[in-house]
Amino acid sequence: MLTLLLRRLVLGAITVVIVSLLIFAGVEALPGDACTAFLEREAQGALLEKCRVDLGLDRSAFTRYLEWAGGAVRGDFGMSAGGTERIATLVTDRLKNSALLAACALAVGVPLAILLGVITGLWRDRPVDLILSTSAILAMTIPEFVSATVLILIFSVWLRWIPGIVVAPADYPISAFFPEIILPIIVLSMVMTAHILRMVRSSVIEVMASDFVQMATLKGVPYWQVVFRHALPSALLPAINVVALTVAWLLGGVVVIEVVFNYPGMGRMMIDAISDRDLPVVQAITLIVAVTYVGVNLTADILTMLLNPRLRTYHMRRR
Amino acid sequence: MSGVAQARSSGRMQRLWCVLRDVAARPSGAVGLSLVGFHILLAALGPWLVPYDTGAMSSGEMLETPSMAHWMGTDHLGRDIASRVMLGGREALIVTGLATPLAMLWGGFTGLALGLAGGRIDEAMMRIVDAFLSLPGILILLVLVMTFGTSNAVLVPTLGFLFGIPVIRVARAATHEVIARDFVAAARARGHGAMTIIAVELLPNVRDTLMVEGAMRWSWMLLAFSSLSFLGFGVAPPTPDWGLMIADGRIYMSLALWGVLGPVIALSSLIVGINLAADALAKSLGIDRARKAVI
Repeated sequence: MLTLLLRRLVLGAITVVIVSLLIFAGVEALPGDACTAFLEREAQGALLEKCRVDLGLDRSAFTRYLEWAGGAVRGDFGMSAGGTERIATLVTDRLKNSALLAACALAVGVPLAILLGVITGLWRDRPVDLILSTSAILAMTIPEFVSATVLILIFSVWLRWIPGIVVAPADYPISAFFPEIILPIIVLSMVMTAHILRMVRSSVIEVMASDFVQMATLKGVPYWQVVFRHALPSALLPAINVVALTVAWLLGGVVVIEVVFNYPGMGRMMIDAISDRDLPVVQAITLIVAVTYVGVNLTADILTMLLNPRLRTYHMRRR
Repeated sequence: MSGVAQARSSGRMQRLWCVLRDVAARPSGAVGLSLVGFHILLAALGPWLVPYDTGAMSSGEMLETPSMAHWMGTDHLGRDIASRVMLGGREALIVTGLATPLAMLWGGFTGLALGLAGGRIDEAMMRIVDAFLSLPGILILLVLVMTFGTSNAVLVPTLGFLFGIPVIRVARAATHEVIARDFVAAARARGHGAMTIIAVELLPNVRDTLMVEGAMRWSWMLLAFSSLSFLGFGVAPPTPDWGLMIADGRIYMSLALWGVLGPVIALSSLIVGINLAADALAKSLGIDRARKAVI
């Protein structure tokens, strides 16, 4: 068990190192660097040479990678391309806002998804399942900017209940984002509810058909006790991994929603950085999102391992 | 279901036909297939059907309400919205129609090869795949598009490459289920090469999984493509595109609702159509699609 955990941790660490190499190499491979971006048209001859020496760009790529990765470990991502602000301070506010949005969406989405998933799984192919499952397909496939636009149209333009965009800047306290944050939360939790619901549904159906549930039923255990005591604990286990994927998506993949609602999170910072060709910021955000993804998935795997005795013995037997 | 099983022994085309019939027999499949078919027909025949030139602006007719002449109204530049909605899916369908097979081919082949090879190469390659999967796809897409432009010559290989990476995982996992069986061992014992084993023994067994995966990848790719356009990094104006039209129309939404309604319905119906069809396909082939949900 311990070796299994260690092995998973080491694999996670290796993935993080490869990711950081990929990000660094990827940005390195792009034409242009901080100096050509900073000097723009005057980027030629002696001026360009001097700038490169000043910023240390004349050193080997490997030295610069070590310096960048070393700084990132300590939470220091260097300066933005303009050379005026520390990336770490810029990112902190954005990270806080993204985390707020993610936490609210999770708080709404996960309980709702599990509830609806269990309902659709237990009443499989009944009207309630058909309606919910079809809505889930709609919710998870319709592009987020489409559902966001429709929601803004209904709640902001027609009913005038909630403002359609967030106007507070990134460094405002959390309370400044209410009530504007409600619409983005609805859009996000709709998509994630749909994903988790489908997973829970399929898992509930599988477990309810399994031998130990039939055994319990045949023993004469009351239906609801079978569901809650026997079936659900193992049926909900796979949901941990889907929730983990969702968390990673919430932190990094919500670019479109943040742009639609003008929400000052990581996603919009990403878009702005790309538009300004601010490569150091792009590097930093990509690394943060990627490490979060690896970390959350790692946590989910370990949690599943700890909570599932079958998986534990299964792996032991295999070795 | 029984139709599919019966066809398993007969010819390949016949089986494909049977699967298609089975999909069409399901309510979700029938709706999905007709939506997708409708959109493909519209994109193919659109240029001969549109009442107006999609680029023709008219300063006297800006943001007009729907009328007999412009039955979906006009946009902020006085262009006919109905014509633009009819052609707004062309670019998306052309690009994703080329990039999806590309992704399936390279991702599927790499996955099969890695699954067959196993050992250290497989282990090392999967770490790189994991690393790629942890990067936010839309970010890579945006950086590449900003650097190399938004022509189809850039978008098709980029989308094909990025969306092929998760396919590697799926194909590899499907291969692992097959590889332990006797017929692969038998083929190895007969001295067949890796390519022959992939083509003759593995591919027929993972084809169903890959077909469902392909349909799903297609819809995710359409989503990514239109998001890119919506953000202003995709199709360049004045080419009509739904994502772009929604982005433009959003600004005038309170004055001219019809500017967003047309493209919203068109884009949603295509993506929902693909997913309904994919769902029915997964059920016909007996594959649990929800288990493979990747955000």
